[in-house]
Amino acid sequence: MSENALAEAVPGSVLASSVHRGQTSLEIAPAQLVEVCLFLRDQQRFNRLSGVTAVDWYPTEPRFEIVYLVHSIECNERLRLKCRLPSGHAEIESVTGVWPGANWYEREVFDLFGVVFLNHPDLRRIMMPETWEGHPLRKDYPVTGLKYDYTQE
Amino acid sequence: MSEPETNIAETPADAAPRRMTLNMGPQHPSTHGVLRMVLELDGETITKAGCDIGYLHTGIEKEFEAKLYQQNVTLTDRIDYLCPLINNLCYCLAVEKLLDLEIPPAAQWMRVMLGELTRINSHLVWLGTHSMDLGAMSVFLYCFREREEILRIFEMFSGQRMMTSYFRIGGLALEPPRGWQQAVGKFIDAFPSHVDEYEELLTKNPIWMHRTQGVGRASLEDLIAHGVTGPMLRAAGLAWDIRKSEPYSSYQKFDFEIPTRTEGDVYARYQVRVEELRQSARIVKQALDGMPAGPWEADAPHVVLPDREKMKTQMEALIYHFKIVTEGFRVPAGEVYQVVESPRGEMGYYVVSDGTARPYRVFIHGPSFGNLQGLPKMVEGRLVADAIAALGSTDFVLGDVDR
Repeated sequence: MSENALAEAVPGSVLASSVHRGQTSLEIAPAQLVEVCLFLRDQQRFNRLSGVTAVDWYPTEPRFEIVYLVHSIECNERLRLKCRLPSGHAEIESVTGVWPGANWYEREVFDLFGVVFLNHPDLRRIMMPETWEGHPLRKDYPVTGLKYDYTQE
Repeated sequence: MSEPETNIAETPADAAPRRMTLNMGPQHPSTHGVLRMVLELDGETITKAGCDIGYLHTGIEKEFEAKLYQQNVTLTDRIDYLCPLINNLCYCLAVEKLLDLEIPPAAQWMRVMLGELTRINSHLVWLGTHSMDLGAMSVFLYCFREREEILRIFEMFSGQRMMTSYFRIGGLALEPPRGWQQAVGKFIDAFPSHVDEYEELLTKNPIWMHRTQGVGRASLEDLIAHGVTGPMLRAAGLAWDIRKSEPYSSYQKFDFEIPTRTEGDVYARYQVRVEELRQSARIVKQALDGMPAGPWEADAPHVVLPDREKMKTQMEALIYHFKIVTEGFRVPAGEVYQVVESPRGEMGYYVVSDGTARPYRVFIHGPSFGNLQGLPKMVEGRLVADAIAALGSTDFVLGDVDR
């Protein structure tokens, strides 16, 4: 997939691109994410979403980097899409409409990072209990966990 | 569990059929671990199915960030505990790619050989437990007999039966033990006849065929869209195997086939996995016969621990040893997504480095996570009893789902 094709089809969507160890990453404007994904799926045969995850660059802003690992079985090609979100407004459009498989991955990112996916069909915690406070994979969440008083249940 | 009202005597005969919500698991023998399924039933037909996961969530991804790169290898064993070595391999390959390390051929071939033994091990556990779910007890005993031999081989190599951690960043943890060729050779020569034994018990067994044929079917497009990978896609007709499409650890030098079926049901998945047992045995045989001579660790003193002899006689080796043990090694900043073909499908490690000796972030794409997500598609509109067959055929490991 050429980066130019994407820049032509969805103008202004590619903010930056890099190739590291033979793997391509594109930084995408969060507002145009769904449009980009639809283009990749329909025009470039990226029929599979391998996973969605996030990296917390705390205390740098914009803090959250949402990573979409996109894959085309037919072309045997992989692509990484990244969107940066600020901590005060950690919201992004869900891509479940493009690849239904994104459902659980987005729930996981919501659960462990506290990033909200708009228009997600079933956005609730997936790993942690419903009543859990905080988002464990954030960098300001201690590895040992927060103090939890079991007598207060 | 929500209490359905089941007092049949009081139900008027002309009342509309009542929906019932059935809770399956987290402690249910066929959910293999702690998966909870919530089934909405209309009589015996499932109208809606949902999975509730997270009972085995241990925060491994968070723990990765607190440990040194080399220490993390031991964590990877515990993710998909039925194929520890393939987890080791995927993580090591990712970090080696970040470090730009060249792995000597002997280590690569040894990784392939042990990786394929792990695949056989995992498929045997699946075959045994899956057939037991469907009422065929004796297959389980045969499968675990062979699995025991594989675990003995692992013990011989690493000192551990299950949590082997035998692959390390830069090569292998230990020199291969004396006499490993005989042990592996003896096992692999006898193994194809054992696969014949399993097939004699199941392949033409009318009960087995009735319970599995036409069950748990979903279209290939649906499966791909929901993130299903591995043998389930191959059973639905897609010849996609990462060992062929994105070869790693010199898989391109081995001769093997990708078994496929087109039916996409539980029986086809069984056939694909049994054929994979035979193909894996072929790869092990090739690796055993053609094992290259040479070192089993990369020539990278800043990453690989020096051997004891050198450490005690050379000052430089002693310094490296001290540095690696106390502060680890630094990995250049960047990120890598490495995929391998695990027995369950695409396993991927996304490792982000910020240039220090600890990973900044590790995301583990477990194949079971995606496979389980496709499960409702396979069971909705079917009978409860078929859900057990479909569940078993996905071959999930909860450690891999919840991490």
